[in-house]
Amino acid sequence: MPESRNGMSTVGAVLVVGAGISGMQSALDLAEAGFRVHLVDEAWAIGGTMAQLDKTFPTNDCAMCILSPKLVEAGRHLNIQLHPGTVLERLEGEPGRFRAILRRKARYVDVDKCTACGDCLAPCPVELPNPFDGNLGVRKAIYKLYPQAIPNAFAIEKRGVSPCRKACPAGVNAHAYVALLRSGRIKEAWQVIMRTLPFPSVCGRVCTHPCEEECFRGQVDRPVAIRDLKRAIADWMAEHPDQMELEPCQERLKGRVAVVGAGPAGLTAAYQLARRGVSVTVFEALPVLGGMMRVGIPAFRLPREVLDREIRFILSLGIEVRLNSALGRDFTLDELFEDGYQSIIVATGAHVSQRAGLPGEELEGVFHGVDFLRSVNLGRSPRLGGRVAVIGGGNTALDAARTALRLGAESVCVYYRRSRAEMPASDEEVEQARAEGVQFSFLCSPVALVGRNGRVTQLRLVRNRLAEPDASGRRRPVPVEGSEYHVDVDAVILAIGQRPSSEALRQAGLAVDGRGLVVSGPDGRTSREGVYAGGDVTTGPATVVEAVAAGNRVAAAVAAVLRGEVGEQGMGGPNEERRVAPFPADVVPVPRERARPRELPPGVRRTNFDEVVGGLSLEEAVAEAERCLNCGGCSECLQCVPACRPAAIDHHQEDQLEEIEVGAVILSAGFELFDARLKGEYGFGRYPNVITSMQFERMLSASGPWEGHVRRPSDGRPPRRIAFIQCVGSRDLRGGYRHCSGVCCMYTAKEAIIAKEHVPGLEVTVFCMDVRAYGKEFERYYQRAQEEYGVRYVRSMVASVKEIPDSRNLLLRYSTEDGQLREEEFDLVVLAVGIRPSSAGVETARRLGVQTDEDGLLRTRELEPGLTSRPGVFVAGALAGPKDIPETVTEASAVAALAAAQLAEARGQLAREPRYPPERSVEGEPPRVGVFVCHCGINIAGTVDVEAVVEHARGLPDVVWAEDLLFTCSQDSIALIKERVGEHQLNRVVVASCTPRTHEPLFQNTIREAGLNPHLFEMTNIREQSSWVHRELPERATDKACDLVSMAVAKARLLRPVPARHFEVDPRALVIGGGLAGMTASLCLAAQGFEVYLVERERELGGMARRVKYTVGGDDPSGLVDRLIGEVLGNPRIRVYLNHQVEETAGYVGNYVTVLRGGDDSRRTEIRHGAVIIATGAREATTDQYLYGRHPRVVTQLELEEMLASGKLAGCRVVMIQCVGSRTPQRPYCSRICCAEAVKNAVRIRERYPASSVVIFYRDIRTYGLLEEHYRRARERGVLFIRYDPEQPPEVRPDGDQLLVCGRDPATGWSLEMEADLLVLSPGVEPQDGTIQLSRLFKLPLTEDGFFAEAHMKLRPVDFAADGVYLCGLAHGPKLMQESITQARAAAMRAAVLLGKGRLEARGIVAYVRERACSGCGLCVKSCPYDARQIDPESKKARVTEVLCQGCGACVVACPNGASQQAGFSKEQILAMVEAALR
Amino acid sequence: MDWVAVEREEGQSPGDFEPRIVALLCNWCSYTGADLAGTSRIQYPPNIRVIRVMCSGSVDPMYILKAILEGADGVLIGGCHAGDCHYINGNYKARRRVAIARRVLDQLGLDGRRVWFRFISASEGRLFAETVREMVAQLKEIGPNPMRDRWEL
Repeated sequence: MPESRNGMSTVGAVLVVGAGISGMQSALDLAEAGFRVHLVDEAWAIGGTMAQLDKTFPTNDCAMCILSPKLVEAGRHLNIQLHPGTVLERLEGEPGRFRAILRRKARYVDVDKCTACGDCLAPCPVELPNPFDGNLGVRKAIYKLYPQAIPNAFAIEKRGVSPCRKACPAGVNAHAYVALLRSGRIKEAWQVIMRTLPFPSVCGRVCTHPCEEECFRGQVDRPVAIRDLKRAIADWMAEHPDQMELEPCQERLKGRVAVVGAGPAGLTAAYQLARRGVSVTVFEALPVLGGMMRVGIPAFRLPREVLDREIRFILSLGIEVRLNSALGRDFTLDELFEDGYQSIIVATGAHVSQRAGLPGEELEGVFHGVDFLRSVNLGRSPRLGGRVAVIGGGNTALDAARTALRLGAESVCVYYRRSRAEMPASDEEVEQARAEGVQFSFLCSPVALVGRNGRVTQLRLVRNRLAEPDASGRRRPVPVEGSEYHVDVDAVILAIGQRPSSEALRQAGLAVDGRGLVVSGPDGRTSREGVYAGGDVTTGPATVVEAVAAGNRVAAAVAAVLRGEVGEQGMGGPNEERRVAPFPADVVPVPRERARPRELPPGVRRTNFDEVVGGLSLEEAVAEAERCLNCGGCSECLQCVPACRPAAIDHHQEDQLEEIEVGAVILSAGFELFDARLKGEYGFGRYPNVITSMQFERMLSASGPWEGHVRRPSDGRPPRRIAFIQCVGSRDLRGGYRHCSGVCCMYTAKEAIIAKEHVPGLEVTVFCMDVRAYGKEFERYYQRAQEEYGVRYVRSMVASVKEIPDSRNLLLRYSTEDGQLREEEFDLVVLAVGIRPSSAGVETARRLGVQTDEDGLLRTRELEPGLTSRPGVFVAGALAGPKDIPETVTEASAVAALAAAQLAEARGQLAREPRYPPERSVEGEPPRVGVFVCHCGINIAGTVDVEAVVEHARGLPDVVWAEDLLFTCSQDSIALIKERVGEHQLNRVVVASCTPRTHEPLFQNTIREAGLNPHLFEMTNIREQSSWVHRELPERATDKACDLVSMAVAKARLLRPVPARHFEVDPRALVIGGGLAGMTASLCLAAQGFEVYLVERERELGGMARRVKYTVGGDDPSGLVDRLIGEVLGNPRIRVYLNHQVEETAGYVGNYVTVLRGGDDSRRTEIRHGAVIIATGAREATTDQYLYGRHPRVVTQLELEEMLASGKLAGCRVVMIQCVGSRTPQRPYCSRICCAEAVKNAVRIRERYPASSVVIFYRDIRTYGLLEEHYRRARERGVLFIRYDPEQPPEVRPDGDQLLVCGRDPATGWSLEMEADLLVLSPGVEPQDGTIQLSRLFKLPLTEDGFFAEAHMKLRPVDFAADGVYLCGLAHGPKLMQESITQARAAAMRAAVLLGKGRLEARGIVAYVRERACSGCGLCVKSCPYDARQIDPESKKARVTEVLCQGCGACVVACPNGASQQAGFSKEQILAMVEAALR
Repeated sequence: MDWVAVEREEGQSPGDFEPRIVALLCNWCSYTGADLAGTSRIQYPPNIRVIRVMCSGSVDPMYILKAILEGADGVLIGGCHAGDCHYINGNYKARRRVAIARRVLDQLGLDGRRVWFRFISASEGRLFAETVREMVAQLKEIGPNPMRDRWEL
């Protein structure tokens, strides 16, 4: 291990936090350069926001198409370890050797086992809004982030315990059974209930439903009717007894347990133990089972047959019952132990009525609540008489009152000592009692019962008032002196409480407290070994569900003992330690009435004991279940567990901490979108037809919620008039972000164009301030949007959006540029929301001690992009400021270069080499072709009949296997192809999917991993070249796809393996251009250990940067340039050639020979190198407009800057004109930097010369991204900005020594005329002289504007299409200094990846010679443009120098004998394709 | 031309005839342009079957003749624009060869207008689609390749 300066060894690994396009690029560059990379992301898959995008501007490339190969590459790279669902918690140590502590979130799915088959989806009953689709669509609680996700595996979304479930004492999973009911799976719902509650019918009727009190739906309108849903499930099951089958119990226990008491607690305990195989006997003192459920609760609340049914089911598990067996009377605990019971559960309840201690309590006609109910319920109805008084306020009192009515009492009145509000009875029961005619008298207490002839006749009471709250929290009743009164009665029922029969318990040897309750621990353990107690006997009177909870707890404790576990069982409720889910913020609930079960009419019900409340029908119940908000995310119904055949699901996973060692850290967590709800005036979240740009993007995407159909959310109709509102949350000091988000103008142009392609006749209007089309090719795109697609741009900010009730259209109110108020109607409004650094990323940065600014940005010093405040920690992408994809990718490569330079000594230390299986020889084998046809989701399958293509392929000669795949490029499909190669002994593979230009390497690698030579692969493009271009003609598109497959197979049959050949890479680089970019790139390469030749045609280094006197942020570039010059000249690895130019160059990637000419003696120098970086810059454009060159007071911005630097400003009335020559038909691009330049100079003038005035005529102020703050500063300093239209540019006239500038103010419509001492023009940026020559020398393409054209606008921004040549600085296009620095580092990194490799594999398409047929005529030698051919002097046959051969095939045509051939494109192969095409 | 007349007599209007076109497109420009037509969803008639070659300069006139002899109604060769060839000058070679092939076909009485050469860059998806559209229209005018029926004879 290499030692670093401080004696500690450097770790050759880098941690990249954030796996969007930025993180992936950094990771791939570093991994390719020989470092180990840990790629961490909070999400369950890599890809970031780009994966959500439909298209990319300005090329309209499909985002997923260009991203997907990168996903796969990052996912399968040997030196990249993915850490999905992971956050960086802490970072210790120092640069070069950090210790990173990672927290991996519980995924609940084992990524290694998951095959992404999706079998878990169907059983999952929970649908949640899909944030990937901007919450427009739904996804299941178990989900894959998106179809192409890497890693290709599911995850489960758990947000915490649902409040209903947490509230249930018995831990009944209400969320799960409601969700299952909603999806129509009643049996499964019942099974979920039966996990913890064997009395669903009972509790579905009499439960006090604490779940409903906590239900978050109650915050929207009213709680979900959870209890009624439980009843609906249980009653449906009762009607379908054949379905009554418990889930198989995992555990089998042995043992004998006695349960004393057959109430809800005892029976629950018996049930739970019997399910686990325990032999259980239940002893019951009464002649009936059910305890208080039977003798306490009247039949009109709980019909006897319902109770019987449920008890019958419990007993059917094999539980033995002994009725009329009371503890202490008929048996003792000792006897039970003697009989061989290992454990005894005492659950005898609280059946003894509390005495009131009133005078006359012994009179005839005085009853006690539970005794009274027990008598009635056991069929012994006492005589009551006409007037009945009930004392008490609990459910027992009300049950007694309502029972009394049904027994024939004429009037029943309940007397309660406090007020209605304090009454403990449930509201429903109070209401039902009232409806039946029960009267209530509050705030009175009985003082005596008076009788005549031994029978009660009068109840004496005293009135109360309420004092301060007592220990129970309820206000204490205090008798009011002198308020005694009496009522005449025939019977009095005292229902003031009950307690256990403590005598028997004490005799049984159990410790009993002062209230007569058995003393027990949390798990039910009593003072006697082996004896457990639970239910009312330990707590006093409570609810059925609490008794059930106790039964569960005690059973669990006993089960633990039977299992042989020792010690105290921490038997908290099942959810006690788990966090309650927060209110689901992503749900927009539509208020909906709660279901109401039917009730018998009160007049009818007081005449009998029939059940008062009816149940919901199944349909009503399902509809009610739909009101559930799925607060917890996953409901833990566990239906996915048995559905998953690979057994990948583990609901018990927990977060895990992991520690890794890395040398450097890159933060690239990206951005998040502005929350449009914060801009209430636009109505987002209230009006369904106001959506965000991300929602619209998903709507446009073929893989989006509506498969690419543009619809109004309110009614699904295609919109006719769409309005885009720009700068929602951007450039906004009132609640939004202050900066410009940099990308919205362009993504809006893109979405507008794509939408117009989707919906014929669509009208699109964009409301905006400035249109910031400042990037390469952006201005053309913006022009196309207007001219070709007819997108209308209105310069105005919209004041408000109002919905028109009937049509749900939207009325936009805005003021035009000249101040008129307008209203316009649209049927869909898209809010172009701004971006800000991801809050998770900012939090991570702060945890690491990295400084962030008040906006959360990891802002870097202006000329030190990529460096954070903590050494060894770098930042890339939108965390440091808003940027588009190419800028992000460039930055990602640039910080990779910084990290690679820092860890240069450890390069290769931890890297692993790819290992392929030995290549299988297919020599002599007949062709065995496998064909794989891709659906590409619906991209292909939506038009082409993929199954028909497969069927067609099956009939082709030598095809032994054909099948269709949803996404052939996904990880599981790749694995499957490899499997098929082995399974069917395939020796040729054909994939029919998208373009081979992006995907061929992936599939070639796939078959290589399957042991085949990569050249035994052929790909055909049925997407870009069939399904996408023949959408209206599906049948003919299918025919074409069949033909294309025939052609590919015809060629594949003739493919031959091409042996791998390698050639060396010269590790030196040539950098052309000694300006800021060239010097930065050179130093960056040198820091990574590579030697550099730096060529500059001027006599000194520095280039354009020398003319920049200060940056827009106020930094001094000259210091930087001087420092760079010093470093370059002093660096032993950099050889500088000043006053030199490239004269000629030859060679190819890894092996160039370039001739330089220069110096004072025009010397010729030949250098050898492996890579080239083009950094030749650009120049300020020339102009002759506005008197430039003809009037001394007309200057350019650069000239002004020089004046300002030297302190010689010629006059203080300054007028500036922007876009001089830019954005014109002659020079249609935007020069990007002029606005910032003008703002910079304007601010400086105003600050230096307070008497000055500055007026800027502009078309759009394009101070993109963080530059916005300088624009704002300019306005604050009094700089006057006047917009002009290109049709009406300002006019300039000489006025003697002065100038006269005339223009029109669009805000007022007035013509302006102003005198100026100085007119400053922004003529823009032009390609450097010599660009065309250089492009010819190195065969490099130029854009229409004459700048160098990179390989790919989005994902290869600093590469050229030709390998080995890279691009940076203004040669690529206009840009600011910091952007040039970043790009230079990126180019250096890309070159370093190549140079560090040592050797490259030769391309597989080189020419070869069939010597037998060669006549040695030499025609091929003449035709080869690369000098790759000679005639061998010995054999007189042609020969190929393979490293020089570029595979153009010119020699193949030239050869008259067919001796000259090209691997992969031989004549017989092409001819076979021609034949197949026409068959 | 006789064959067209025969078909017309048999009641087939030239509009019903769908020409079959084989295209040989260079990997760097024209094939990429055809891809761009796809990514831009520019619709064009599905009469074309594309063979990807590395360079238009590798297109042997034999491929063209073979296609016509096999009954193709048209052959399109696409290469990079002048000066843009990835392999220096392959596109010029192709253009020359196509001119010769057309003359040979004319000599054989097979109407050299069936063979087209076009410069189509990677960014010209629309041009590619338009080229196919134009070619289909012209081939409908010219009528079916008589070779198709001659083989059957």
